[in-house]
Amino acid sequence: MNKLSVNHLLGIKYLNKQDIELIFETASHFKNVINRPIKKVPSLRDLTIANLFFENSTRTKLSFELAEKRLSADIVNFASSSSSVTKGETLIDTVNNILSMKVDMVVMRHPNPGTAYFLSQHVNAKIINAGDGAHEHPTQALLDGFSIIEKHGSLKGKNIVIVGDILHSRVALSNIFLLQKMGANVKVCGPLTLIPKYITSLGVEVITDLKKALNWCDVAIMLRIQLERQDIKYFPSLREYTMLYGLDKQLLDSLKKKITIMHPGPINRGVEITSDVADSKQSVILEQVENGVAVRMAALYLLAGKID
Amino acid sequence: MKKNQRVILDSVHFDLIIKRLAHQLIENHSDSTSTVLLGLQPRGIYLAERLKEELLSINKKFKIELGALDITFYRDDFRRRDHPLIPSETNLDFIIEDKTVILIDDVLFTGRSIRAGLDAMLAFGRPKRVELLVLVNRRYERQLPIQAKYIGKNVHSVSSERVKVSWKQIDGEDKVILYTPANE
Repeated sequence: MNKLSVNHLLGIKYLNKQDIELIFETASHFKNVINRPIKKVPSLRDLTIANLFFENSTRTKLSFELAEKRLSADIVNFASSSSSVTKGETLIDTVNNILSMKVDMVVMRHPNPGTAYFLSQHVNAKIINAGDGAHEHPTQALLDGFSIIEKHGSLKGKNIVIVGDILHSRVALSNIFLLQKMGANVKVCGPLTLIPKYITSLGVEVITDLKKALNWCDVAIMLRIQLERQDIKYFPSLREYTMLYGLDKQLLDSLKKKITIMHPGPINRGVEITSDVADSKQSVILEQVENGVAVRMAALYLLAGKID
Repeated sequence: MKKNQRVILDSVHFDLIIKRLAHQLIENHSDSTSTVLLGLQPRGIYLAERLKEELLSINKKFKIELGALDITFYRDDFRRRDHPLIPSETNLDFIIEDKTVILIDDVLFTGRSIRAGLDAMLAFGRPKRVELLVLVNRRYERQLPIQAKYIGKNVHSVSSERVKVSWKQIDGEDKVILYTPANE
């Protein structure tokens, strides 16, 4: 098996276990490459990639750009705030205009769920979803899975809890798909107002007691409260949320075993985790960022292999 | 398609050739600290390992560094093949800057793998000199101006033929086989 079963990376939902393993294996070779004195390989030098960001991003955008540059691709960047989208152009028109400039691959982030899929049906380029609303964020889940394997050896049989704003999180959904496909046990923890109603139909158990959840898990993925997506109040105050679902050093040290702390970023220090937890030895938050580049290089490389 | 196969190098001659290549290396590189062996993945590394063993058995003090170099990301035929190649491990934990690098592969044919190998190697530094050592040199169909300095055996073959090197370490036996498509 040395080929992906899909033509686009739209979500973890569409990948099978072999695809995920192939991406992980390729990523470990790229991690080796980006630790060399010369971090660049010529694999994608004849390709052009467009990064379309219709929603703000720092980490993901930089990470994709770096991955593309280290594969020697040519890139064009687009941010909706400075584009004709504000003049009323439709998504398809914007993208088709960019494609007529002969772009081979598109990396897109968009506030609406399903836009990456929509695009893959209408334009002739390989699409990578860099986050579509509260739907999926496949490369984040891949880099999380890769980081867990690096720390714990494998995903099979590992207990992983995702804590926080599950309702508005594309990271949570992609992670649930990925972790379950790889044989890990997943639970979610947070105030019930922030847990989607149908989460149990994915085979995910809900725990509302943070300490109980942390005592069960090997790895805790802490999520940010996405205030920008919350149109109504889901909990009385941030202070109350922090008291019930914030992770501080005292709680971390009171647990039965040393768990690994992950966070997709950006961190709201003092809300979901305190600074001393984020910067502790148990946190792999910065390793996640490093692995992000390697995983994205792997995804780009493997998809580029499918361009005719 | 049916194929005829012919052993062009048996284990006895194979062994003799490895010994000869090792002696040639020692003759030209008296100082083992300024020369390193670099085997190309996936199959050049077996030859490199054998040469290192042989060099040690000739002279116990000849402790030479040995690395493995993967060239997958540097190939020029990515997206021109049906299946993308799976990369192998690169294992290079010494400095090649200002050293003489002996690049090692099992078969030299079109020269394209060696071209990719040179590129991959340069990502680790600028060696003083690079020499190429191959077990089998397929004389015809070279596509790039690349020649080996040390050659185990010259083989006269055309592109429809295939040369396969088997190694004691992994295949159980040392031999080189030439496959020729049967005329029908």
